[in-house]
Amino acid sequence: MGLTGIQIYKLLPKTNCKECGEPTCLAFAMKLAAGKAELAKCPYVSDEAKEQLSEASAPPIRGITLGTGENAFKIGEEVVLYRHEKTFVNQPGYGILITDTMDDTEVEAKIKRLNEMFFERVGLTLTADFAALKNESGDPSKFESLTQKVMGLTQKALVLISENVDALSAAGKVAKDRRPLLYAATKENADQVGALAKELGVPVAAKANGLDELIELSEKLTSIGLKDIVLDPGNRKLKDLYADLHFHRRAALKDKFKPLGFPFITFPNEMTDDPMKEALYAAIFVAKYAGLIVLSDLDAHRMLPLTVQRLNIYTDPQRPMIMEQGIYEINKPDKSSPVLLTTNFALTYFIVSAEIEASRVPSWLLVMDTEGLSVLTAWSAGKFVADAIAPFVKKSGIEEKVDHRNIIIPGYVAQISGELEEELGGDWKVVLGTREASDIPAFLRTYASKG
Amino acid sequence: MAFTPPLEKYAGKIREVVIGKGDKVVKLGGHNAMPGCIFDGDFPNLPKIALEVFDSAPEDWAPEAIKPYEDVVNDPVAWAKKAVDVYNAELVCLHLKSTDPNGENVGADEAAQLAKKVSDSISVPLIVLGSGNAEKDGEVAAKVCEVCAGQNLLVGLAVEDNYKKIGAAAIGYGHCVAAQSPIDVNLAKQLNILLDNLGVPLDKIVMEPSTGALGYGIEYTYSVMERIELAALSQNDDKMQLPIMNIMAVETWKTREAKLDVDAEPTFGDLSKRGILWEAMTAVDLILSGTSLLIMRHPEAVRLTKEIIEELYLGK
Ligand code: SF4
Repeated sequence: MGLTGIQIYKLLPKTNCKECGEPTCLAFAMKLAAGKAELAKCPYVSDEAKEQLSEASAPPIRGITLGTGENAFKIGEEVVLYRHEKTFVNQPGYGILITDTMDDTEVEAKIKRLNEMFFERVGLTLTADFAALKNESGDPSKFESLTQKVMGLTQKALVLISENVDALSAAGKVAKDRRPLLYAATKENADQVGALAKELGVPVAAKANGLDELIELSEKLTSIGLKDIVLDPGNRKLKDLYADLHFHRRAALKDKFKPLGFPFITFPNEMTDDPMKEALYAAIFVAKYAGLIVLSDLDAHRMLPLTVQRLNIYTDPQRPMIMEQGIYEINKPDKSSPVLLTTNFALTYFIVSAEIEASRVPSWLLVMDTEGLSVLTAWSAGKFVADAIAPFVKKSGIEEKVDHRNIIIPGYVAQISGELEEELGGDWKVVLGTREASDIPAFLRTYASKG
Repeated sequence: MAFTPPLEKYAGKIREVVIGKGDKVVKLGGHNAMPGCIFDGDFPNLPKIALEVFDSAPEDWAPEAIKPYEDVVNDPVAWAKKAVDVYNAELVCLHLKSTDPNGENVGADEAAQLAKKVSDSISVPLIVLGSGNAEKDGEVAAKVCEVCAGQNLLVGLAVEDNYKKIGAAAIGYGHCVAAQSPIDVNLAKQLNILLDNLGVPLDKIVMEPSTGALGYGIEYTYSVMERIELAALSQNDDKMQLPIMNIMAVETWKTREAKLDVDAEPTFGDLSKRGILWEAMTAVDLILSGTSLLIMRHPEAVRLTKEIIEELYLGK
């Protein structure tokens, strides 16, 4: 992305008139390059220069927003191939397929799942994003009435699927304020579908047979002035689509190849009849380069792993492996809430805190600095032993936060119980917790109910 | 102007590691491109899947995971046979869990005898791992190497605290070493260097980078693996050019998502499929980030994963 200050300077008037608020054109160029100024502040840039500058500063994969209001979501704008280089930017959208040959009950049930699918995890809400409406009947009026119906049932974004221009036009007009994606412009209908997208002011997908044809289509749509484009190379075999997705990401990022610089839409629902396999395809496309993922349904047992997959792949890779030592509050604890102890290895912390959270028992979690070692490793390295733990607990400030003196330690270090109780002194009692984190919820519930 | 697909050619190549002997042989690694990128390079060996066998009946497994093995959980030999004959395991991974000094503390001799019995009764190569106690694992692995001399097993886990013992035994009795480092590119490399200095040939080592399950650290494992593979291929770093293995089933099946039924978690959906999918999706992430060997548990998760591998690499 972006030009250097000097490259930008060459495109400016070089009159140093100061109207932009900077002493010289060069100073202004430097600020532009650093993203700290707006090109519009210079009244004298030529249109040609403007074009070049905005093109050069545009992300290599265009960002496209579907939907409106709080249901709007953005895809694209990715800047790397591998997540360790830089956090992936916009999570791909998950959508559910609904056709105009389904009966009302089925449509309603599916929309209900779309609206209500929701998981909570580490304080985040995980949901699905859009309904993909398909004109299976071939009848424009049926497609229009399905769109109408779905608009009344959900506020989520829409993808309208038909190669019939009349059907797309009818549904598109109904849904245009929702900012739907029109799918798809093909070799046969690109002129009309392109014109429709332009008229409605909504994003459009190009569907082709292979990348070469896709590039032609993308260029065609761009040439009629469309900017918000989504791509489908048409391949429905994993091996071929995996290759296409790689070529798209590489060409867009490394070669700044504009025709492929748009997000891709994928259809795991069309690749298999096996729902489990479909979920695995979707997981692959999350990691490897899709912007939209259409699924046949949103069953909880598939969406739970899929939403977690998306969360995991799109987290900040720089998130440290070590947690800060200290007291962590989980589920709003009070003076009588249990106190648990663990090490500051991030994975240990995530697992333990997720389990405590899941137990819904208000708790205090003491996280001790063991230089990022897990419980057993820290213990065998002599860092998670009684004479190290006792001073940490005393200095942590937990004694002011609770009015009891019970501390729950990981089951794996049972052998330190006695010595730790001695080192802690006073009224402190050591309670043996579970070995596996997954047993924490059951343990805590029983523990809390005993009081 | 026809589009020329942008290909990535690398200077380096992952070493090929051979596990097993005679007609019981599995080859790992040997590729010279990133996972699934068959358009960039060659993959003489696709990722392999080993099924787990435990030396004692598991107590806390999810019912769904136990079901396929219900009739054999008390007999590791029968369990291993079933894994191979019924569920088509490409390798078997024997976990000598009861050698744990904080548990049953079964001795190294007894454990090694069992390993031999299992190895002798299956038609695929064997992986033997300890309980996770570094000191005891060293002792057990050394004994396993001795008792199974010449069988070219994959033995571990060698970690910083016991690699000398395991490495020396592996050299002496002709086995491969499974080397585990704590989820860090440099630490993985360092352990390879230590083993290399000890005299373990680099084509007799498989790296275990520490594996997190989906939702429980998979993103760390994923990126560490991508970075290892990239260093091996593009920087041609020969101390990194070893195949990667992932001990993943143990991690996936202890998550609450794989274990809790709908009564406990009403929003989680069908448990009978959820655990399997949790394992298969974790496997898929590991394939995408560069594994050469997955240690898996549920036959259905294995079937799904195998199909994904074949579709991705062979276009099936
Ligand atoms: S307003 Fe434009 S021409 Fe004037 S100094 Fe700023 S950049 Fe240069």
